[in-house]
Amino acid sequence: MKGFQHAALAAALALGTASVAQAETVSVGMITTLSGGGAGLGVDVRDGFQLALDMAGDHNIRLVVEDDAQRPELAVQIAERMIQSERVDILTGIIWSNLAMAVVPSAVAQDILYLSPNAGPSALAGANCHPNYFNVAWQNDMLHEGAGAYANELGYENTFIMAPNYPAGTDALNGFKRYFDGDLAGELFTQVGQTDYAAEIAQIRASGADSIFIFLPGGMGISFMRQYEQSGLDLPIVSAAFTFSQDMLPAVGSAALGVFNASQWSPDLDNAANQEFVEAFRAEFGRIPSLYASQGFDTANLILSAAAKADVSDRAAFRQALLEAEFASVRGEFAWGPNQHPIQRVYIREVVEVDGEITNRIIGTAFEAHSDVHGENCTM
Amino acid sequence: MTLALMLEQLLNGVQFGLMLFLMSAGLTLVFGVMGLINLAHGSLYMIGAFLCAAVAGATGNFWLGLGAGIAAAAAAGALIELVVIRRLYDRDHLDQVLATFALILILSEGVRMVFGPFPLYLNVPDALRGTVSLGVVDYALYRLALIGFGLAVAIGLWALIAKTRLGIRIRAGESDREMIAALGVNIRVLYTVVFALGAALAGLAGALVGAIQSVQVGMGEPVLILAFVVIVIGGIGSIKGAMVGALLVGVIDTMGRFLLPRVFALFMDTSQAMGVGAALASMLIYLLMALILIFRPKGLFPAHG
Repeated sequence: MKGFQHAALAAALALGTASVAQAETVSVGMITTLSGGGAGLGVDVRDGFQLALDMAGDHNIRLVVEDDAQRPELAVQIAERMIQSERVDILTGIIWSNLAMAVVPSAVAQDILYLSPNAGPSALAGANCHPNYFNVAWQNDMLHEGAGAYANELGYENTFIMAPNYPAGTDALNGFKRYFDGDLAGELFTQVGQTDYAAEIAQIRASGADSIFIFLPGGMGISFMRQYEQSGLDLPIVSAAFTFSQDMLPAVGSAALGVFNASQWSPDLDNAANQEFVEAFRAEFGRIPSLYASQGFDTANLILSAAAKADVSDRAAFRQALLEAEFASVRGEFAWGPNQHPIQRVYIREVVEVDGEITNRIIGTAFEAHSDVHGENCTM
Repeated sequence: MTLALMLEQLLNGVQFGLMLFLMSAGLTLVFGVMGLINLAHGSLYMIGAFLCAAVAGATGNFWLGLGAGIAAAAAAGALIELVVIRRLYDRDHLDQVLATFALILILSEGVRMVFGPFPLYLNVPDALRGTVSLGVVDYALYRLALIGFGLAVAIGLWALIAKTRLGIRIRAGESDREMIAALGVNIRVLYTVVFALGAALAGLAGALVGAIQSVQVGMGEPVLILAFVVIVIGGIGSIKGAMVGALLVGVIDTMGRFLLPRVFALFMDTSQAMGVGAALASMLIYLLMALILIFRPKGLFPAHG
């Protein structure tokens, strides 16, 4: 009998501690692009996120990472599996807006928190905003609006604009047009993942444009810039950070030098959190972080800050803790807008060569405390 | 719309088509001679581009890189044939598709382990930089060189198949493999040589195109899909069909991307026309393929009667 009591006591203790430990652990499922032309972006989000966890030395975050190969149907399958069998509390990681549109609405409806480290489609920022959906990076339009405003300052009057045909591409062109005062020499949608831009470059040449605005993230931008360099065209390019980010600058080479691009973050941004991040990232991975890495890093730190205050099983309390956003963002100040997208400063960067490495330097500011236009349609 | 723009787009289409020809020639040759569907052909294209970028980066010489890319793709092709493909000739096409799909995953992961997940830098050789004047239009010299390369390879391939002993054996292998084995031709060596030749063509295309595109893991798969469209249109197993199919796909795809949005802009708002036109243009070559299959179910130049 005594033996039974001991066994029962031991079992109760074991179960008890197990349930306490489980309550403290936050399960995070990361669905991101680790193969194909968009792999550089996903790898940087993942590495930035992991670096933040390592630096915090926190073992109460359980991270599961899976590759979506930039395919919406695969992302949906992975999300279902993570929710049903991995029992994750939080999903994050999606790079591409068409994948976010496929995954986020159903995940947040199942009471899963979604923290976006990148994609910020306008459709999720307005009428379809949701208390469980937070965008830690930006609403898609935002940086392109910065590029549009800066194109005015540069005196461009007849600009050719081009983006891939998917939700973020539409947001990019709309964002640019919202602030740009000049005329459009032409407007083109390309295919997602397109590698040959000869037909587009020929049209730019024939259009009589005085400048070009492009949104071509990852491998698309590398291909375009290589071909543009060889085309004999020499119009100035203005863009958002995605097309001139650190994941692709080494592959583009000197063709990118001197291009102005708008961003909420830059490796040379002067604040303590950022300097520590850039140094730690270089020491760990041997390369300069891109803005995607900074966004992954911020997302992890935001989750850590909320996990220190609230239990993730109490969603309302955890959401409140996320909204308080008490973490040192590498972009400097961090504040939420009404649709749970950031209100932030948008900088203008220039691509330069420093110590033999091609990277970005901040040269000015496009907007102070900028928020997106879709928030006014959001009622939460 | 001017004559210069039309001419430039036509050249773009021809150049794109000739690069597709390099890819699809190898694919169709392997299918025609060995009856094998090789999904890993795109991985050989990727290997060519990566080796070219790595060697050109280390030596500073594009042409050394190009040679290394072709050699590496051919060697990888021969190795794959000896180790894996050889066991698949007697199996049905589904087994071949499964095995060569597995090769895609293994080769992509292998290249990522060696070269990392970020794209590599490969620039065009100094001698081919800049543009050249063609009267009405300035055209990128490198793209013009690609057209020259493509045509030279096409002629070389024709001469190889029509005029040499190896070519006679390849053609014989296509029509009756038992008979040429009975006549004392070592069919196993012939298969390895043909597979390596196809791989070398893919590696050449990858290295040439890598200089103006992004050299990255997975770069071969989008091209592979187009190459399959080309050989289905041209007739599976026919080199002539691959040439005609590649030029058709190249020119129609380029012209569609350029003209369709303009057509829609005649009766639509510009932004909308761009969206609809771009969406329809991306379907155009598949519509072409469907149309050709309705009227010529075996493609334009069926290889086996």
